[in-house]
Amino acid sequence: MKLVTAIIKPFKLDDVREALAEVGIQGLTVEEVKGFGRQKGHTELYRGAEYIIDFVPKVKLQVAVSDDQVDSVIDAIINSANTNKIGDGKIFVADLERVVRIRTGELDDAAL
Amino acid sequence: MKLVKQLLLFIGAGLLPSLALADDLNGANTAWILTSTALVLMMTLPGLSLFYGGLVRVKNVLSVLMQCFAIACVASLLWMIVGYTMAFTDGGSLNSWIGGLSNVFLAGVQEETLSGDIPESVFVMFQMTFAIITPALMVGAFAERMKFSAMLIFSAIWLLVVYVPVTHWVWGGGWLAEMGLLDFAGGTVVHITAGVGALVAAIVLGNRNGYGKTPMPPHNLTMTVTGAGMLWVGWFGFNAGSALAANGDAGMAMLVTHISAACGSLAWMTIEWIRHGKPSVLGIVTGMVAGLGTITPASGFVGPGGAVIIGFTAGIVCYFMTAWIKNGLKIDDSLDVFPVHGVGGILGTFLAGIFASTELGVFSGQGFADGIATMGEQVGVQLVGIVATFAYTAIISYVLLKVIDAVIGLRVDKETETEGLDLREHDERGYII
Repeated sequence: MKLVTAIIKPFKLDDVREALAEVGIQGLTVEEVKGFGRQKGHTELYRGAEYIIDFVPKVKLQVAVSDDQVDSVIDAIINSANTNKIGDGKIFVADLERVVRIRTGELDDAAL
Repeated sequence: MKLVKQLLLFIGAGLLPSLALADDLNGANTAWILTSTALVLMMTLPGLSLFYGGLVRVKNVLSVLMQCFAIACVASLLWMIVGYTMAFTDGGSLNSWIGGLSNVFLAGVQEETLSGDIPESVFVMFQMTFAIITPALMVGAFAERMKFSAMLIFSAIWLLVVYVPVTHWVWGGGWLAEMGLLDFAGGTVVHITAGVGALVAAIVLGNRNGYGKTPMPPHNLTMTVTGAGMLWVGWFGFNAGSALAANGDAGMAMLVTHISAACGSLAWMTIEWIRHGKPSVLGIVTGMVAGLGTITPASGFVGPGGAVIIGFTAGIVCYFMTAWIKNGLKIDDSLDVFPVHGVGGILGTFLAGIFASTELGVFSGQGFADGIATMGEQVGVQLVGIVATFAYTAIISYVLLKVIDAVIGLRVDKETETEGLDLREHDERGYII
């Protein structure tokens, strides 16, 4: 099992959610976050006073998947979140040791 | 108009006493000045308060609202006790410099006493709202770092030693009035004094901690734009009310005020659009204030054509002055009081001397002051007014600030400044969300 974490542009969230549903993902967690990569921040200007805002608003979504789903999930996110412009985000994949469904106590793949 | 009025007065005095215009209460004029008074008070409470409140950081929003509100209370009381009488009554042998004490505590101001053809009580109240907004304008210069106690004392004494004398010079029959200075609604009295006082205060207090290094963006521009809208509307009372009558002068003053505000806004917006690629909301409302401040001294003397030029000039000049004070001189006049109000007041007082002329075709105004024949002479008088008001305000404000600093200290300590004035000075916070 893997935990796929994707940082995307906020306006792409709906597209990504639909794309993930199409490849059979049933649940995901979303957070509003701020950060920067190579894009850096943006400038705000108030009456001639410039403020460099380092942290750009992003959405972080996390989805736990079985090993055979990983590639299709990554493809779905890439296809739906891509704008071909700087700041589209990143996908991180990490090993997932154990999953437990709280209501039933089901484990791992059965709990996904 | 003037000739007709004089003729009527002459006839009235000689033959028909019932026509004696200046001695009878005029209901229409009274109604308009009552309305104007409410409009001008709205400029400070809530207009200026919201305008400034939105421009500071979240930890200081209440302190700014509190300062504007407290100044309104203190200025009202002082105006009632000695301000009005020293500004607007005859000072006898000292009348060139300061008024007398015949109306201390508004003694003698009764239901039936008149000022022109409106009740004196209404005139006192109308002028009181000017005495409120002038020190309140300075709040923007020392925002986020001045002790509340020092701010109260400074505003109170400043009102009496700067605002009141200058008002007497210009509107109370003092030396600038005798010279023929054109200041219809307070470009000199309000905007130059407040602007210069603000600049001096910003310099004496010093910049906010972290100024130029830490971002200090406005915390709520929605609030600022709301306040700006109220300022625009309230300014109709400020300028059109200064005609002291419901007549054509008031109508024209309102018209040119509105046109200048629109042109100032468009000028500032356009410059930002060209220079920075985007038209900012704070930019368009700041241009509006610049346009309004600049037309103020000229509002009863110029025509709509002149107002267009004054408005655009205001937007352009005030924009570049703001950049220069902030980025060139590195003076932390935090909410840009001097470059917008002070420079606007100076510019408008100067331009009034030009666009009052009746010989500029479509840009003509209503003519120069009585006894002044040429534009050169009028502009000369305007310059004397500007320089004298600037110098007097700067010197007195500086001395006053230094004395207060020595006695109780002007500035909050660093910890208070970091934590914010709302909590440390007032034990409250603006938002509990």
